[in-house]
Amino acid sequence: MIDFGYNLNKDRQIDFDVNNRKIAQYVKKNEPTFSVCISCGTCTATCSAAQFTDFNFRKLMILINRGETLKLKNEISKCMLCGKCFLACPRNVNTRNIILNIKKAVDLL
Amino acid sequence: MDKKKVIVIGGGIAGMESSSFLAAMLYDVTILEKSDKLGGHLNNWERLFPTMRLGKEVLDYLSQGVNNKVEVVCNAEINQIEKKGKNFKLTLADGRTFDAGAILVATGYDIFDARKKEEYGYKIYDNVITSADLEMMFSEGKEIRLADGRTPKRIGFVHCVGSRDEKVGNAYCSKVCCVTAVKQSVEIKNHIPQSEVFCFYMDMRMFGMHFEFMYKEAQEKYGVNFIRGRLSEACENMDGSIVVKVEDTLAGRPLRMSLDLLVLMVGFVPSAGSNEVGKMLGLHLGPNKFFKTMDQHTLTNVSNVEGVFYAGACTAPKTITNTITDARAAAATVASYLNEHPICKRMI
Repeated sequence: MIDFGYNLNKDRQIDFDVNNRKIAQYVKKNEPTFSVCISCGTCTATCSAAQFTDFNFRKLMILINRGETLKLKNEISKCMLCGKCFLACPRNVNTRNIILNIKKAVDLL
Repeated sequence: MDKKKVIVIGGGIAGMESSSFLAAMLYDVTILEKSDKLGGHLNNWERLFPTMRLGKEVLDYLSQGVNNKVEVVCNAEINQIEKKGKNFKLTLADGRTFDAGAILVATGYDIFDARKKEEYGYKIYDNVITSADLEMMFSEGKEIRLADGRTPKRIGFVHCVGSRDEKVGNAYCSKVCCVTAVKQSVEIKNHIPQSEVFCFYMDMRMFGMHFEFMYKEAQEKYGVNFIRGRLSEACENMDGSIVVKVEDTLAGRPLRMSLDLLVLMVGFVPSAGSNEVGKMLGLHLGPNKFFKTMDQHTLTNVSNVEGVFYAGACTAPKTITNTITDARAAAATVASYLNEHPICKRMI
């Protein structure tokens, strides 16, 4: 058969009807400040890991909230838990405790 | 109750306009102003958003209302306020006393002390200034220059300095800084057309009439760049330029940039005068530490102490337009109270 190079693309939509938001629920329960992020990006601006890797704590929180949780274990392993983001956050989000809870959630759920 | 006499504490925009209206309604009004002249912060602001009108024009307009029917006491330092029955007696540091049936508190706001955001380097790095400093440069009619006399080529504005920031204890939005940044960035482009201007914002809060138009004009006509992200820190290069670190949250990547001049958009905090007067009168504070009005929708000029009322930015950050409107509303509220009219006794 002639290969025309056509294929089916994967759906790129964030699908709220399919996505599993259990990790977000777990983290929110254990660290309620997870909910008050306004995506200002101060955490990522100050993050040492974000300068050299594609680690982005702000985006990570958004994706978890949306139930986009593939490859999470690998993502959070980039964080060195230095805590600069916690110092800089204007909404007092306990970023370190969130990372720790994501770790726990990934292992548990 | 002394039904004719009102003391207005604070001679800024709110104090002036409420006094004018109370005088127009034939009350005897005395303004107690702690500085040496009326006008408050408006004295330090060259041009006003969104029309670019001179602040002086508004000040002149307000001054016409404070005519000879209003007694103005400048350099007034209040030592004591006593309440006897329904009357108040105020004593100044120099021993003068004033009696009144009602007090209108118009003690306004102070500008956030940017040194508290140490990571932005105000008063540490020469080329980090505040929006108030920049406005002073505009007022003085000077060319905009760096500390070493050069003309800045790249200028950054940081929104929300001391506002929406729990780390400095101010969780509220100061309302006017977003549009002031737009105004000042346009003015910078007028002063130095070849410069590049960047605004670093969390949200552009263009709530007022014509604000959105001004924002679009800044983009379209003046080429001002808007980057969505809040600065984590600023540091100084050897040549005195400022490096900022921010996440470009729309690109999803950390961003660094050298700027010749960094302008911090400082927010509102309750004034030192508000705190003093508040303690003397036993006034309640809201969660933002500004005075708490008896109701957010309806009793907006009413305090928890009978006979004491509020006007202007002592209850929350306000634009000049909102302050003038609020001052007139306060005058009407005070008048209805002194007349013991039933509308002022409504509760919610």
